[in-house]
Amino acid sequence: MSQYILEMDQITKEFPGVKALNNVSFKVKKGEIHCLVGENGAGKSTLMKVLSGVYPYGTYTGNIIFNGGTSANTTNGVQKFTGIADSERAGIAIIYQELALFPELTVYENIFMGHEIKKGVTVNWNETIMKAQEALKKVKLEVNPATKIKELGVGKQQLVEIAKALCKDVKLIILDEPTAALNENDSENLLFLMKELKKQGITCIMISHKLKEVISVADTVTVLRDGQTICSLDSETGEITEPTIIKNMVGRDIEDIYPKRPNQKVGEKAIEVQNWSVYDSKLGRKTNDDVNFHVRKGEIVGIAGLMGSGRTELAQSIFGNPKNCKLSGTILINGKEMKHFKHPKNAIDAGIAYVTEDRKGDGLILIQDIKNNITISNLSKLSKGGIINQNDEVVVANDYLKNINIKAPSIAQLVGNLSGGNQQKVSLAKWLFTSPNILILDEPTRGIDVGAKYEIYTFMNALVAQGMSIIMISSELPEVLGMSDRVYVMANGKITGELSRNEATQEKVMEMATV
Amino acid sequence: MAFINEGITLFKKNIREYGMYIALAVIMATFYFQTDGLFMSSRNLSNLINMTGYIAVLAVGMTLVIVIRHIDLSVGFVAGFVGAVAAILLTQHDMPVWLTIVIALILGCVIGLINGFFVANLGIPAFVVSLAGMLIFRGLLQLSLVKTGTIIIPNQAFKDIGNGYIPSLFMVDTFQGLTLVIGVLAIILFIWSEIKTRINNKKYGFEVLSIPMMFIKIAFISFIIGYIFYTLAGYHGLSWTAVIVLVIVALYHFITTKTPLGRHIYAVGGNPEAAQLSGISVKKITYIVFASMSTLAALSGILYTARLNSAAPTAGVMFELDAIAAAYVGGVSAAGGVGKVTGSIIGAFVMASLTSGMNLMFIDVSWQYIIRGAVLVLAVVFDVMTRNKAK
Repeated sequence: MSQYILEMDQITKEFPGVKALNNVSFKVKKGEIHCLVGENGAGKSTLMKVLSGVYPYGTYTGNIIFNGGTSANTTNGVQKFTGIADSERAGIAIIYQELALFPELTVYENIFMGHEIKKGVTVNWNETIMKAQEALKKVKLEVNPATKIKELGVGKQQLVEIAKALCKDVKLIILDEPTAALNENDSENLLFLMKELKKQGITCIMISHKLKEVISVADTVTVLRDGQTICSLDSETGEITEPTIIKNMVGRDIEDIYPKRPNQKVGEKAIEVQNWSVYDSKLGRKTNDDVNFHVRKGEIVGIAGLMGSGRTELAQSIFGNPKNCKLSGTILINGKEMKHFKHPKNAIDAGIAYVTEDRKGDGLILIQDIKNNITISNLSKLSKGGIINQNDEVVVANDYLKNINIKAPSIAQLVGNLSGGNQQKVSLAKWLFTSPNILILDEPTRGIDVGAKYEIYTFMNALVAQGMSIIMISSELPEVLGMSDRVYVMANGKITGELSRNEATQEKVMEMATV
Repeated sequence: MAFINEGITLFKKNIREYGMYIALAVIMATFYFQTDGLFMSSRNLSNLINMTGYIAVLAVGMTLVIVIRHIDLSVGFVAGFVGAVAAILLTQHDMPVWLTIVIALILGCVIGLINGFFVANLGIPAFVVSLAGMLIFRGLLQLSLVKTGTIIIPNQAFKDIGNGYIPSLFMVDTFQGLTLVIGVLAIILFIWSEIKTRINNKKYGFEVLSIPMMFIKIAFISFIIGYIFYTLAGYHGLSWTAVIVLVIVALYHFITTKTPLGRHIYAVGGNPEAAQLSGISVKKITYIVFASMSTLAALSGILYTARLNSAAPTAGVMFELDAIAAAYVGGVSAAGGVGKVTGSIIGAFVMASLTSGMNLMFIDVSWQYIIRGAVLVLAVVFDVMTRNKAK
């Protein structure tokens, strides 16, 4: 029998226009802890979705051989999962960052959800509770199985998920960024448990951005970049070190896809934020902790960091605090201290604009046309005596259509029918129409093609040339480095470093972001 | 050929909107033949409009409530309760009619603001809030009439709101002069606005209908307007109820299509998170929409009480469901963000026509419910299917 429990061979997965995985090979030894690392968008999640059957057999090319080809759904040893149910049956359990538990149900109900222990047609609750207790013991979680999930912290919830997996006779557990939402104590517990499971012969794949953790538990580390396997590092040969991993993670030069911007004199501080802390009472934790930063007129400032590092929370808490978090700290606009904005409207009035990260979710009104989306934030500019001048509105919308090069047959096109890049341009147009002084762009080029990216970069350069200040939040390191005059790096809700354009390298940023 | 093609494209593109008008036309034609023309008689049409009035104003308000993804079940008994209050003010406190109406509308507005508080500030589902309101106002309605029983209102001016007609001023043959004049003015206004829109659209390079197609459209709609006014003029003329409904529809149509407030309402309905981040106060919009809803419910109560010339403990039963049905039949989307005030009015008339026509045909009430239910679900199925196709 092979020493590998899982062999993924030359996996290629394409989405319209993008090769998310390109000939990826990925082998996991039986009973090891295998860490999968890479930047956002490197293809880690896609690879795991291929493995777990979210993308069923036939939608990708390449072969998966699991457990020597002994489980169901195989032809000539090649695994053919048609859905998650198949991969679960074969003994693969995937635990996502967003836990899939039912908060209002008890621990034991959750553990056996979907594979209840039955006696005839009814559930055998006694047996269920007993088995649940055993499983909880295995993951070293000391709680009453009758506790409701919502009463447990995130760390304990994660353990319940693992207990749930163990009850399904699992051979391979995949943990997707398991410690992202955990505090240090809980993280250590979890890592310890992973080592325990290893002793029991269970194989773990962990996706993580926290390199220190990776180094402490990994037997093997596989690095993905741009949908390709870059290397596999082995702990026995002592290859697993932070510099090696980072070098392999970023290892590409910034291509010449960033339009040059003439060296520009930057002006006064347009916005300065001091001692900024944000407490989200729904999450029960601080999403930002003592953040200090400023942006000058005519400057593009990048905010780098991994997902979940508190960048979007920072932007939104400044921009009128739509989630009603508890705020403390000071905002100065043009050197003048402002009250905390209670509603995005106040922030807009103060000259701030915020292009959201999730344009479909909270950026645009997809069921309305381009014109209505562009003008919605500043209808008063078009109105006289409470009536919208719809002729002027058409002129305005057509101007933006032309100037920002939104590719659509007319401004009457529904925004929902546009491509991602054009939607992003509509978003941009909408905010430019509010004539802001400070423009916050949250992941401005996520999910859009290279051409549209270039157009947006060019546009940003033109805006700062007119004296606007731009804050660009981005997970794409090359973009941050290619566009920013200065870079702040965030991790765990704090700013962990500030780098000038000359100082900033991918390695340095990545180091600060993975603290 | 190009002309026919244009017609087909136009029809396909606007099938959702036209579907409703076609449905109304089919229903009316069916009843016309089934009742030997009785259904389309001046008298019946006039009655139909008066009978629909108090549901129509509710449907207008309900459109906006559903557009912002909420619902208001309390409107029926709010109407009943406010009607009873109006009756008490008129009969027991000898208040003038105008003051009674003002107080009733303010009362409605306050009720709406209270609903809005629960929904917008406390985040309680509108379904629950308005269900509670439904029970509470039913109780208040009965309580307010417990001593007197049904109150008869001996006031001609108030009665005229629900049963009276505008003065004729002069007669043209056997026709009411003023009604004819208003009808002609309405047609002129319609043609003028069509031409103006066309000129504007052309100026901005928008697609416009071909000349013959536009001519047909103008001729067709002018004919409908003309026919309705001509028929009404042959009876007592335009009723005050019809005037009130027309004013409300015109006002709400104006607000929803021409003002920032209207845009904000549809933005909140289309994507509340995006609306919030666009600087729109979702809370404020929720308050406004609920206040407008209950104010219209108060108006509905006045129309109903005036029509019956009395306030009864049973007033308001099922109004909310009729209004919601009218809105859905009129193309308002249950998912929010989509729906026109004018559509809901047509929806209200579709539902009222069914009742009226089936009454004239002596169809059993049980069957009337079944048929109206079937029409409601068919209308929504049609709406959903055409919507999916459009994608």
